[in-house]
Amino acid sequence: MIDDLNVENRPVERYLRQDRLPHIWCSGCGIGIAVDCFLRAIDRGNIDPDKLSLVSGIGCAGRVAGYAKLDSFHTTHGRAIPFATGLVLGNPELTVVVFSGDGDLVAIGGNHLIHAARRNIDMTVICVNNFNYGMTGGQVGPTAPLEARTTTTPYGNYEPAFNLPYLLSASGACYVARWTVLHARQLERAIAEAMTRPGFSFVEVVSPCPVVYGRMNREPKGLDSMHYYQEKSVVRNGADPKDADIELNGPIVVGKFVDIARPTLWDRLRQVSSRAQEKVKAKV
Amino acid sequence: MTENQGLQGEFFINGDVACAEGAISAGCRFFAGYPITPATEVAERMSTRLPQVGGVYIQMEDELASMCAVLGASWAGVKAMTSTSGPGFSLMMENIGLGVMLETPCVVVNIQRAAPSTGLPTMVGQGDMMQARWGSHGSYEIIALAPSSPQDIFDLTILAFNLSEEYRVPVLIMSDEVVGHMSEKVVMPRVPPEDLIYRRRPKVGPDDYLPYEPDANLVPSMAVAGEGYHFHVTGLTHDERGYPVMTAEAQDRLVRRLVDKIRLNRRDIIRCKEVELEDADIILCAYGVSVRIAQAAVRMARDEGIRAGLLQLITVWPFAEERVRELSLQAKAFVVPEINYGQIVLEVERCAGGRARTILVPHMGGSVHSPQAILEAIREAHSD
Repeated sequence: MIDDLNVENRPVERYLRQDRLPHIWCSGCGIGIAVDCFLRAIDRGNIDPDKLSLVSGIGCAGRVAGYAKLDSFHTTHGRAIPFATGLVLGNPELTVVVFSGDGDLVAIGGNHLIHAARRNIDMTVICVNNFNYGMTGGQVGPTAPLEARTTTTPYGNYEPAFNLPYLLSASGACYVARWTVLHARQLERAIAEAMTRPGFSFVEVVSPCPVVYGRMNREPKGLDSMHYYQEKSVVRNGADPKDADIELNGPIVVGKFVDIARPTLWDRLRQVSSRAQEKVKAKV
Repeated sequence: MTENQGLQGEFFINGDVACAEGAISAGCRFFAGYPITPATEVAERMSTRLPQVGGVYIQMEDELASMCAVLGASWAGVKAMTSTSGPGFSLMMENIGLGVMLETPCVVVNIQRAAPSTGLPTMVGQGDMMQARWGSHGSYEIIALAPSSPQDIFDLTILAFNLSEEYRVPVLIMSDEVVGHMSEKVVMPRVPPEDLIYRRRPKVGPDDYLPYEPDANLVPSMAVAGEGYHFHVTGLTHDERGYPVMTAEAQDRLVRRLVDKIRLNRRDIIRCKEVELEDADIILCAYGVSVRIAQAAVRMARDEGIRAGLLQLITVWPFAEERVRELSLQAKAFVVPEINYGQIVLEVERCAGGRARTILVPHMGGSVHSPQAILEAIREAHSD
């Protein structure tokens, strides 16, 4: 226990750009916990850090790539997944992780998200869901629950939200899980599993945003937000993702929803390549 | 097949196919694109050829994704390309800017059609020339080449890859529908490996490597993903470590270098072809398919005893400022035929600096100029 609290013994230190700390995230934000879980998952999943590429888009979670001492890419808003697609297809030996937020991945980048899942590209997408655009001061996003208050829904949100596990499972993802930042150990395990599974994996991380979204919706702060998650979370591994909607102040279904195997895009590309090369040989 | 598995010999093919073959010969092994007339044949050819040579073709969900996938593949160490036309080119702009900022070698082909908006999808235009230069946000310099024939587009695609790898910048091939769709003889030579440039690799190990420490020509060496360098790159303003720095000083230092690495190396980048310029006092300035009509107009003018000549812009961006300035001392007038309502003519006028008259011969697109239209402008300039 004492060792755990000793900063020098923390296993994630070597994967952090310490010369870039302190980070920009607000106190009470959950992104730090999600990053910690991801960095721990590198060792747990026995991932070679030299072969690990991290890609982020824009936004609060979009800053994650800048703090990880890995080959790390901070790209444009919504485009982390297509950038990562190029990395995966450019070098199949890479383990590629996209770490970004709900606005970046699901709104402006939503089309890329569903197509990457459909193609079953070998990558892991970690989506920090804080239900709003935190970086720009708390506007409504496609995961904000109905009736949620944001700076652009001052009378309550009037748009239904995406249920991300359901969306990703329908799009063809091989691995889909959701945990809150309270569930640090489960989250670390889920990210390790996601990175080692072939094909497209998606891990949603429900995270507090106490300074903007939380304040506007009177959510508890700091340690109280952990108690809130403890009270609201319902662990249902194997649950049908269509039952994983998140309503304002409602229960949060967490767990591993999908863990299946199907050929990855690389598996299929290799077949096509050898077919093409045989055709050329036959001609010569 | 050569070492790089490009085809060799003489072929009767269209410009789009020649472009794809030039890419294969240049060592391109990744293509991400989205179908769009009149550039689709580039993608179709790449989808046939890349699997044959161990490369990857992927059809993305849109042009934003295509451009980003090309950048990602380049950072994985692969020479990468996309092709498109006006509407798709507009969609690529933000991430062409990312390519400039991250200093990512790659090639973007634009087979231009008549615009604005959906315009005339199957018919020629040259209306994206200023978008090529200024289309992404911010101050930057980029390289753009303009082929005038299928042979040209084959040769210039190889050159585009070399320039992009040398200067770590997206290189644009600003072709047009007529060049893309016309079929002509294309000679594909053996391209020896020493004629192909690949980005300079870091000379130091990961502990000493600074991703954006420029070499003497202002271009940094480039590590790629998976080699243990653990580098960080960002679209934010950054220092030599690649780390974001939110100051006016860092912005000044970075933007100056991004621009100067092209401007100061322009003599190596800019290519022009000159036809009958020695004694010319009426100088046509043309690029792309318009070069071919301008050539006919020069012959017709010479037959009438008018001393006309042609400056063909092979490199459109950076603009051949110095050459146009020099020529403005001998010229009475520049005549600029363009399939738009006046874009490159503005550059010619700027460099002519009032020393020679500048006459635009506009064409709104859908077809090419008639040689007579250009000849009339030459006559007007001559009789002035």
